[in-house]
This record gives sequence, C-alpha cells and structure tokens, in this order.
Amino acid sequence: MPGYKKNVIKKPILAVRESAFFFEGSNHIVNAGIKIMSGIAQGYLANDNRPVKLSIKNIVVGYLDKQSGHTLVAVDRVSLDIREGEFVTIVGLSGCGKSTFLNAIAGLVKHQHGEIRVNDRIVNGPGTDRAVVFQKASLLPWRKVGRNITYGLELSGMKLAEAREKASYYVNLIRLNGFENHYPHQLSGGMQQRVNLARALACDPEVLLLDEPFAALDAITRELMQNELLELCEKVGKTVVMVTHQIDEAVLLSDRVIIFSARPAYVLDDIPIPIPRPRKGHIKDSEEFRELVSTIWRVIEGNANIGGGI
Amino acid sequence: MRHLTVFPKSTVAKREKVLNLLLGSSVIVLFLVGWELLFQLKIVNPLFISAPSRVVLAEIAMIKDGSLLKNLTVSAKEFLLGYGAAVLIGFPFGIILGWFKLVRGSFGPFIAALQATPRVALMPLFIIWFGLGITSKIVVVLMSAIFPLIVNLRVAMTTIDADLVHVARAYGASRWQIFHSIAFPTSLPFLMTGLRLAAGRGLLGVIVAEVFGGAEGIGYMIQYAGSTFQTDKVFAGVLVVAVSGITLDFSLDRLGRHFDRWRGEVPVH
Repeated sequence: MPGYKKNVIKKPILAVRESAFFFEGSNHIVNAGIKIMSGIAQGYLANDNRPVKLSIKNIVVGYLDKQSGHTLVAVDRVSLDIREGEFVTIVGLSGCGKSTFLNAIAGLVKHQHGEIRVNDRIVNGPGTDRAVVFQKASLLPWRKVGRNITYGLELSGMKLAEAREKASYYVNLIRLNGFENHYPHQLSGGMQQRVNLARALACDPEVLLLDEPFAALDAITRELMQNELLELCEKVGKTVVMVTHQIDEAVLLSDRVIIFSARPAYVLDDIPIPIPRPRKGHIKDSEEFRELVSTIWRVIEGNANIGGGI
Repeated sequence: MRHLTVFPKSTVAKREKVLNLLLGSSVIVLFLVGWELLFQLKIVNPLFISAPSRVVLAEIAMIKDGSLLKNLTVSAKEFLLGYGAAVLIGFPFGIILGWFKLVRGSFGPFIAALQATPRVALMPLFIIWFGLGITSKIVVVLMSAIFPLIVNLRVAMTTIDADLVHVARAYGASRWQIFHSIAFPTSLPFLMTGLRLAAGRGLLGVIVAEVFGGAEGIGYMIQYAGSTFQTDKVFAGVLVVAVSGITLDFSLDRLGRHFDRWRGEVPVH
C-alpha cells in the first residue's frame, strides 16, 4: 500500500552515527557564541520536583535521501526532559527538523541513536501513551464526528459503547456536543481541528503531541483556538509537546520554549516562560510577553544568519 | 421601489429538471413517430425496419404465450450467477491486488493480458469446456464482469489517503485495523462504480453468449428471430434487454448514493 511505509526507516542506518559526530563538531563552532546544548537551561529545573514524564536523551534521527543516496541528519543529539503537566513548545526555522523530532517521539519515525522514555518506559514505536494532533485534521470523512472522536480508543481495542462514554467528557469540554452526528465535511476548519484535538484527548494520553495544530487555520480562528487550547490545557493539566512556527503562540501557551537550530536540529536555547497561570489571550499586549517573543526571535535570527540556514 | 425576485435554489433546480425531462422525452417521441412514419408510408421496406406499433404487438404476443418470461428467466439466471461469482471473486481479489505489492507485481501483468483479450473470442473454448448449456454462459458473464471490479478496487487501494493512514499509525493501529477502518470504507464508492460497469459488461456477455451458441434465453430469441426475418421480434427482444440494463443501472446508482452520503451534496452543475 502506498504511503504506508513512506516515513519509516526500516533498517538502522549505521552511517548516521559518524555523520552525527561530524555535525556535532560543526555545531560547536557555529554555536560557540550563543549557548551550548540544553544542559545549561535544565539547571533551572533542578528545583522543580514534578516527576519527569518524557525523557529524551541524545537522539539522532537520520533520513536516507532517495535521490542522492546520502543519509541526511534531521535531528542531531537532542536531549530534553519534560516534566508532568509541562507545556513545552519547540520553535525553529521551517524544515529544521522539529516535526521530525515530534514524529520520533510519536514513534512514527525511528531514531538511530539515543533513547526516548515516557514514564521511564522506552519508546519503540507508536503507542497509546502518546497522541498526536497533526496540522491537517485528517478526520475519517465517512465517520460522523462522534465516531471520529472515539476512533483512537476503538483502535486501542475498546468497545464502542465504552469509548463513547469515555469520549463524552472531552466532547463537552471542547464544546462539540450537538455535533456528534455531523459529517466532517459539514464542519468549518476550526471545528474539524477541535474534533482532531478531542480525538487525541479522548485517548487520555500521558503526553499530547501537537504538530503545528493551528497552522492551517485562518488568523482569526487561530487566535480563538489558541485561547481555547490555553484554557483547555490549564483545565486538564496534560503534558504537552507542541511544534509551531508562531513565536507568540509558543510564548502564550508554554511553560518552556525550546529553540531548534537550522537543520540538522539541535537545541539552541531553552527559555522558560515565567508568565503566571491562568493566562488570558490579552497577555499578548504586555511588555513581558513582547520581550520574550523578541528574545526568542533574536536567537532564531542569529542562528539563521550564522548558519546561513534559510 | 424596486423588487428583486429571488428564486430559491431548489425551485431553479426543479425547473431545470422539468425542462430536461421535456427535451429528453420529446426527442424520443420524435424518433418513434419518425420510425412509425417510415414504416406506414413504406419509405423503407417494412420487412427490414418494423415499427414501434408492431414491436409493441410482438411484445404483447410474447408475454401472452409465455415465451418472454421463459427466456427472460433463463437469461436472468445466467446473468445473476455469473455476476454474483464475479463480485464474490473480483471484490476481494481486486483489494488484495491493490493492497499487497507482491501480489500486484506477480499477478498484475497476467490480469492485464487477460483483460486485453476480448472474452467473447474465448467463447468457442468455453463451449468446448462447459458445453452448450447454462455453464458456458455463466463463465462468459463472469469473465466479462470481473475485470471492471478488479481494476476499480485495485485503484481504490492506491487512492487511500496517506494522511489518514499516518494518523491511524500514530494511534498504534495494526495493518489489519488500517485495512478495515480506512482501506475498506475507501473502497466502497469504487466498488459501486465497479458494480455498475460490471453489470453492463455482464449483460453484454449474456446476450453475446446466447447469440453465439444457445438454445434459450433472450439472446437466443433475438438471434432466432433475426435469422427468420421477424424484425418485430428482434426489436422486442432488444427492448427487453435495454429495459433490463436501464433498471439494473438505476438501482445500482441508487444503492451507490446510499453509501456515498458522507460526501454531502454534489454541487449542481
């Protein structure tokens, strides 16, 4: 079946390790003036006593480029510890490998080096402890909204009646009640994305992965959805890893913003967002908010200029 | 003050529908009247062309003496058995062919070669193998109807939305779960198209097989009437075949729409 195996590298590519070392060398040169590795930033977490939910150690993800036959490194030795209930966002230039990184956490892309642990269990592939919300809603068009929300639960082997009951809490929370009997094509883009979110939350994952969840929406809907997600996350207290291009979105929603370098991605900086919760959308107008956005922007811009990575 | 008359969309669509119906049926009526006139005014030798009125009379006679029902039953039986077998074999086989690369690689060329061969050309062989009775006709129908099904379902498997598969995998779906929650529903509209195409081919198969070598059925009846210069009866037989074909296609179309509800309204062109 086409598309089925496209993103999976079946055989481990041995050459990646060498190339990772090569890139590591070059990183240090490029990066000398900025900040090295995530270890420094993790210092501030020392007094956070929440347990580590998602632990990523030195992962390397390589692609075999079919055209050139070379192995390309997308993610280069990234380490991250994400604590329970934390909302962490990854920003970086487009094509820098942050989506690949997220796919590796989801288990959809194999990493060649390092390890990923959720609740101290090693991740080797997709699993019910993680749920992904992609940019495209990708709802099953022949299923009504209700059955789309229970889809993830049904795949995990749950009986439909039980799945419906479990999902109903999130249907209410995301204010989708009354829409259960609509087909996806009858919904707006924003509504479809909410169903997508509900489908992920219904599985009650340990870690929620959001891959540019609002990028396909118009500006107004996006703002509204950001506020809604903010409210939602503060209510359910999930551990979330999000990837986005929107720096303001990252600052608004996150406890920490991780900045990835140009490809191959490594951690340029790890910036805590000390704005107290509960937050409201209007904090975007505050001085502190703008300060944080411009700090992040300067790091990305600086990397783009040095690395010539655009 | 100016008034704007805005017709509701449904009214506009309804008017267009009525107009099309009127235009369509008037062409048919004109054709029938012209045909009748050609006959009545003896412009063309009446023996060759018959006339609508005579076709109707022949039809009534055939109904009265029971020959229509008898022949129709035979043809319908041949068709249904062959068509049913084609669906039972073609549907799963098309899916397997599309789903498994290895099967596609090994059987693809063979299927393509078989498909390119006009099945009617194999008719003498079928008669040798299966005799002049009902079996050889069923085989012809099966061989005619199976390929549209195989081809359509094979294509269905290649149009599966890769994003949906990606999501399913992210939720830890097994290959079987991906198959029955994504591939199977994707295949249904293609199955419906395949069923319609297959019905047309199957009908053709039945008639040709009976014309070629049969002792009963509508095809045989047409062939016999033709060789004895009973043009009325030939037309009467053709009419029966045409009506059966239209009825079959119409019902399959309705069935297809039933499975297509999730697509929503198709915009009016």
